[in-house]
Amino acid sequence: MSFQTEKKGLAGIIAASSVGTLIEWYDFYIFGSLATIISTKFFPAGNQTLALLSTLATFAAGFVVRPFGALFFGRLGDLIGRKYTFLLTLVLMGLSTFLIGCIPSYESIGIFAPILVLVLRLLQGLALGGEYGGAATYVAEHSPAERRGFWTSWIQTTATIGLFVSLLVIITVKGSMSESTFGDWGWRVPFWISIIMVGISIVIRMRMSESPLFAKAKAEGKTSVNPLKESFGHKLNFKFVLLALFGATMGQGVVWYTGQFYALSFIQNTLSVDVSQASRLIMWSLLFGTPFFVFFGWLSDRIGRKWIMMLGMLVAILLYRPIYTAMYNAGSVKLKTEITAKTTVEVNTAADPKIAGDSIRTTTTHKFYEDGTTYREINKLHLHADASKADAAKDVNVTRTVNLDSQSFWQLVLWVFVQVIFVTMVYGPIAAFLVEMFPTRIRYTSMSLPYHIGNGIFGGLLPAIALFLTTKASQANEIAAKAGEALPYDKPYLEGLWYPIILGAVSLIIGVLYINGEDNRTED
Amino acid sequence: MNQIRKYMGLVWIALALVAGYYLIVSQAIPKFESPKPEDRIPAIIYAFILTPIIVGGLLVFGYYALTGEYDIYEDPDHHLHIKED
Repeated sequence: MSFQTEKKGLAGIIAASSVGTLIEWYDFYIFGSLATIISTKFFPAGNQTLALLSTLATFAAGFVVRPFGALFFGRLGDLIGRKYTFLLTLVLMGLSTFLIGCIPSYESIGIFAPILVLVLRLLQGLALGGEYGGAATYVAEHSPAERRGFWTSWIQTTATIGLFVSLLVIITVKGSMSESTFGDWGWRVPFWISIIMVGISIVIRMRMSESPLFAKAKAEGKTSVNPLKESFGHKLNFKFVLLALFGATMGQGVVWYTGQFYALSFIQNTLSVDVSQASRLIMWSLLFGTPFFVFFGWLSDRIGRKWIMMLGMLVAILLYRPIYTAMYNAGSVKLKTEITAKTTVEVNTAADPKIAGDSIRTTTTHKFYEDGTTYREINKLHLHADASKADAAKDVNVTRTVNLDSQSFWQLVLWVFVQVIFVTMVYGPIAAFLVEMFPTRIRYTSMSLPYHIGNGIFGGLLPAIALFLTTKASQANEIAAKAGEALPYDKPYLEGLWYPIILGAVSLIIGVLYINGEDNRTED
Repeated sequence: MNQIRKYMGLVWIALALVAGYYLIVSQAIPKFESPKPEDRIPAIIYAFILTPIIVGGLLVFGYYALTGEYDIYEDPDHHLHIKED
């Protein structure tokens, strides 16, 4: 076979594998992107059981179930083959996503609605746990060893493109209908779209052949009879699983989540930037950054995987605090000059539709800034007919929305783009790195678990722990301010970054010290 | 370098204990004591899933490092390998 024919064949394999993986990421992310509307439809506030189910859906599917999916499907992939296993994960993910879009709301079928959502979300997490390892292994086992980094890097682009497509579809669907229609049924459309994409991907994947290395191992009777025992029960392999986890995927996971999700959360929550504008901002950064996955994958074939990943972790942990300070300086209205003459305040009082006699006083404040940024604050105060029911903590609801000027917008795009570059450095070469760490007979199982613990657990924990650290710092400042003491934290909004910085630093030291960057363990 | 790799095993073991203390005392217990039922889920996850993975994983990793399992050797072709026997 000529090089060109081989290249063409490989490109087809990569495309077929990548499309399926991209769709799985898309399916996984639309739930997160539509979390607010999903909670109003299935987990309405004021019910403790529903709050419990909602937390379970977020936490359990987000990071607990993924490693179990990695174990279950990894084992299957090492026993029966890569092709059928990752076909199964695709079907499972596609059906779960489609069905989430079909579940009647809590108002229609009561408690069954959130339970069904929870079950389907868990199935999504399981499917995702099985998909990535299969796709990365499948592509790697088709690739020539000296080009493995380049070819597997296409699979590495799928998580980011999946996030991009999910944001794009949501923005497009939202833009094509009124806000009330979207809130009524339009939010279901992104879930329904999934079934079309999955259907196409299934047809493509059905036509694919089994991985040549696995097929050869099977023909020679060299496949594992107990992949779980061989992967984690034998010290010889288990020590490499631990090394992959603590020396690579842990650091990669926190860098990935900081650069994409924490950045979005910081822009939306700390800077209060309008949701659509924040989504567009992230989309631009992802669009500019995505080609670098392939670049660093390609580069890893030339200079090795280890030092690219380690450099990515190093620059990330050194630059996170300066970057987030710059993001705060660019986007915070506290640092902008207000045109006070333009400020408007409207006050409206209307009867509370839920409680007879009570009323809601809405104060809407519009502020304008010299650079073109606008700010809107809606303060809703619940006024009780029975004054004894007043509760200062619960009666006030404030929403803040900032619309950034063009310059601030593009400054933030730049800072998120820089973080995406760090992501591409640690993530671009990692599929090839993990694949080369484990032999064919137990590869799917052995590489899937550290990947999903690193990303699902260490990365997935990031929002909760970062929020905890930030809240703790803000509370300490509030207490100090009330007591008239000096504030203990000058930038409380940066405290959440200690989590990725510390974990990234530990992973960096372990990786630098223990990973042998010169060659790999695979015999193929 | 192999000596440093070994001694650092003690650091990973110590880190496992610090991480265990943080996860249980600072994260899991306050959430178990929280009046909100939804806080029990993260508490259970911290105590029974994360702590075993992080603490157990780092302890074993540190032990392996301390006992020279991650020592790197140079073969006659000047390639570097982690011990595999």
